[in-house]
Amino acid sequence: MFADFDFDVIIRSLPYLFYDGMTFTLMLTALATTGGIIFGTALAMMRLSSFASLSLPAAAYVNLMRSVPLVLMIFWFYFLVPYIGQWVTGASRPIQVGAFASSLVTFTLFEAAYFCEIMRAGIQSISRGQVAAAQALGMTYAQTMGYIVLPQAFRNMLPVLLTQTIILFQDTSLVYVLSITDFLGAASKIAERDGRLVEMYLFAALVYFVISFVASLLVRRLQSRVAIIR
Amino acid sequence: MNYHWNWGIFFQTSPDGVHTYLETLFMGTGWTLLTALSAWILALALGSLVGVARTTPYVWLARLGDAYVELFRDIPLLVQMFLWYFVLPELLPTDLGDWLKQLPDASFYTAVVALGFYTSARVSEQVRAGISSLARGQRFAGLALGLTLPQTYLYVLLPMAYRIILPPLTSEFLNVIKNSAVALTIGLLELTARARAMQEMSFQVFEAFTAATVIYIIINIAVTFGMRWVERNTAVPGLIGAAPALATH
Repeated sequence: MFADFDFDVIIRSLPYLFYDGMTFTLMLTALATTGGIIFGTALAMMRLSSFASLSLPAAAYVNLMRSVPLVLMIFWFYFLVPYIGQWVTGASRPIQVGAFASSLVTFTLFEAAYFCEIMRAGIQSISRGQVAAAQALGMTYAQTMGYIVLPQAFRNMLPVLLTQTIILFQDTSLVYVLSITDFLGAASKIAERDGRLVEMYLFAALVYFVISFVASLLVRRLQSRVAIIR
Repeated sequence: MNYHWNWGIFFQTSPDGVHTYLETLFMGTGWTLLTALSAWILALALGSLVGVARTTPYVWLARLGDAYVELFRDIPLLVQMFLWYFVLPELLPTDLGDWLKQLPDASFYTAVVALGFYTSARVSEQVRAGISSLARGQRFAGLALGLTLPQTYLYVLLPMAYRIILPPLTSEFLNVIKNSAVALTIGLLELTARARAMQEMSFQVFEAFTAATVIYIIINIAVTFGMRWVERNTAVPGLIGAAPALATH
């Protein structure tokens, strides 16, 4: 069944697949993770706030994002971002943003909801006594969070955050629905141009598998090293 | 903003000439639910088998189960859909492959199989966690009473394990519903695909997506409340309640 398998098509398209495609995928993963963790942490602190004016909107945002499919959100933001851009800059027409900017906004805002839940669990895992001790020392809320709570929450949640990053990496393949040239998009363009669907999709699956598998092995090793000994 | 809102669009006839746009969205919702439910049944069955295999005393069986989980977890769902839809028929013997390609509703069956296998890896993680959370003594007690290993699983371990992992299973079920939207890439006309079609035909982008979003939220709330009722009625007396796992998507 592999008799008419054309390995050459893979070799020929390697530069396109990795230089054009994988660069997009990895850039998107890295930037969306960074943005998602920052926004997600802010959301987590809002959700845990005792002010209902902060906790309710944050909870509503997180629940909304977690109720709808990522594919639908990708479509939403693809059409919404130009209008947001118009509103922010005060331009007279919707602003044309590129594929990369649009997907970056989508993934940052969408994944922030998931990162928020992870960080919320992380913050809640810190004992109340530490917060009380920080306040007794005269620390402000920002100091307590910045120097006491968040560093420990990050450390406790690092393996979970990284696992979510692997999920994000796999999720970026969904930008395919906007015909963007990410790694899968590049593979699918070659596949359709040369009529080599079998080779290209199997190769894409293999690459995603190897990256995700190695990354999850590293996370597991890291998990045993960063754990706080109690 | 120079976007023209037109909420009346839902009651206009869609390009199929028969149904209004609202009706096409409802038809899509039906496909979403049908796909998600069918895939969920497959995922529960496969996931339970693999989850059980990974807790048996047979090392080779446990390893096989681990490999199964890694395989289906480390490849993006979209790529798995493509493998089932575009690649599998080519790798099969010609007759069988042609039969698969000509199957009516092929995208529906493919979506169910792809989604089912993908979710089964996650379900098996939960089943394994549920079984491992039980005291070792329960397994020993079952075996000491003369039950065979399959009987011990069927009558002692699994009835407890399922009740403990109900909350994380609920979020997995919600994930299946959301993940079924990925099937639009292989041509399944489920809810997101219908909203997208409506947007393309009527140019009313935000009305179409708002409607789809609201329908997804309603499904979510209904499932969550339904499962909470089931959880209350099946809770194991004396336990604090299993800690809900972090939801993934």
